[in-house]
Amino acid sequence: MYLNRFKSLLVVSLSLMAILFSTAVMANENLVVAEKKEGDFNVTETILEHIKDDHSWHLWGHNSIHLPVILYTSKGIEYFSSEKLVDEHHEPAVYHGNFDYKLIEGKTKIVDANGNVDAAASKQLWDFSITKNVASLFISVIILLVVLLTAANAYKRTGIKSAPKGVQSFMEPIVLFVRDEVAIPNIGAKKAGKYMPFLLTIFFLILTNNFLGLIPFFPGGANVSGNIAFTMTLAVCVFIVVNLNANKSYWEHIFWMPGMHWSMKLFLAPIELIGVFTKPISLMIRLFANITAGHILVLSLICLIFIFKTVFASAIAVPFAVFIGMIELLVAFLQAFIFTMLAAMYIGMATEEHHHEAHEGAAHH
Amino acid sequence: MVVGSVAAIGAGLAAIGAGIGIGQIGKGAVEGIARQPEAANEIRSNMIVAAAFVEAVALFAVVVALLGNG
Repeated sequence: MYLNRFKSLLVVSLSLMAILFSTAVMANENLVVAEKKEGDFNVTETILEHIKDDHSWHLWGHNSIHLPVILYTSKGIEYFSSEKLVDEHHEPAVYHGNFDYKLIEGKTKIVDANGNVDAAASKQLWDFSITKNVASLFISVIILLVVLLTAANAYKRTGIKSAPKGVQSFMEPIVLFVRDEVAIPNIGAKKAGKYMPFLLTIFFLILTNNFLGLIPFFPGGANVSGNIAFTMTLAVCVFIVVNLNANKSYWEHIFWMPGMHWSMKLFLAPIELIGVFTKPISLMIRLFANITAGHILVLSLICLIFIFKTVFASAIAVPFAVFIGMIELLVAFLQAFIFTMLAAMYIGMATEEHHHEAHEGAAHH
Repeated sequence: MVVGSVAAIGAGLAAIGAGIGIGQIGKGAVEGIARQPEAANEIRSNMIVAAAFVEAVALFAVVVALLGNG
């Protein structure tokens, strides 16, 4: 029994290590795509182009919105349309501003007169561009503000006693779901109220961005919640909230596990300390991987039509894509729910009041 | 497509792992519901959460396989 538990602990820690290393590899992987040959359809390149962040937002045909590029360099702030960074063939072109800018693999770099990257100057370059993801985030924030403020104002007008109307009746079950299924079971009824604003914020932000990502055309289509920077920001927020609110017994359980032999305490302290960091990291990777994998799946199915170079392939590809799309709708909700629930669980673990006589000598994890 | 096939093996292994995991969860849930039908709703929601965890690990592997392929 104990051997089994130890073995599973070992497996878990080894897999976590594997995941950590693989993300390090992923970070180093510069998403290098193969050279494109004329008339040759490159699936990997096409898919990555669609899930990557971009300076322009494709609408239809040859129409796209050119989003502004905002750069901060040693010569001050500079802004211009991203249209100037591409030529008429959609290939990267040099823009002559305070410096000469060029897009190298999707990133804005400073180049010299010969078109080579000036690494020293590029290090001084801060890119604050409104990219596709940022614009999509603005749209989701506007949607959230409109919907939630409408509901909140309705409550201000009519109070909480009367029956909900309109947007209220849509929002109330979701808010109550987060409170009754997520916050209270994990944090406890007494403290749940304090963390509800945070939990609702991450829940609705992830949910809106997941759903917007599933819309294939303009207001959606950006891969916001499948962007590791976005999920990392959320995970860092969770990390800060959990560790700032952690009580004495939480830290005691990390550094000096009660009810254990002192040698075991020494052994467990580093493992528990790593656990403090792996929890938000797993949150980050879970959301990123789920949403990115969903987008890749749908795109690969659509790409089948172009791989077989026949319109009849769509007879298989389109129903499958619709089917995966349905599953992705479930996943979009599920991942928002899981992220919120795990955040609530970590907060609950950090703020829990321990009654030592109740589980003296029991292993805590 | 020699490079692609290596990534495909990785993705396939991930699918095997996830298949076993989700199969176990489904088995456990169905057994639980058969023994205690009145707890079906609670078991179902827990099952979905657990399945999402298993699926997430498989998706880590799939993403790594795909990026490795690129």
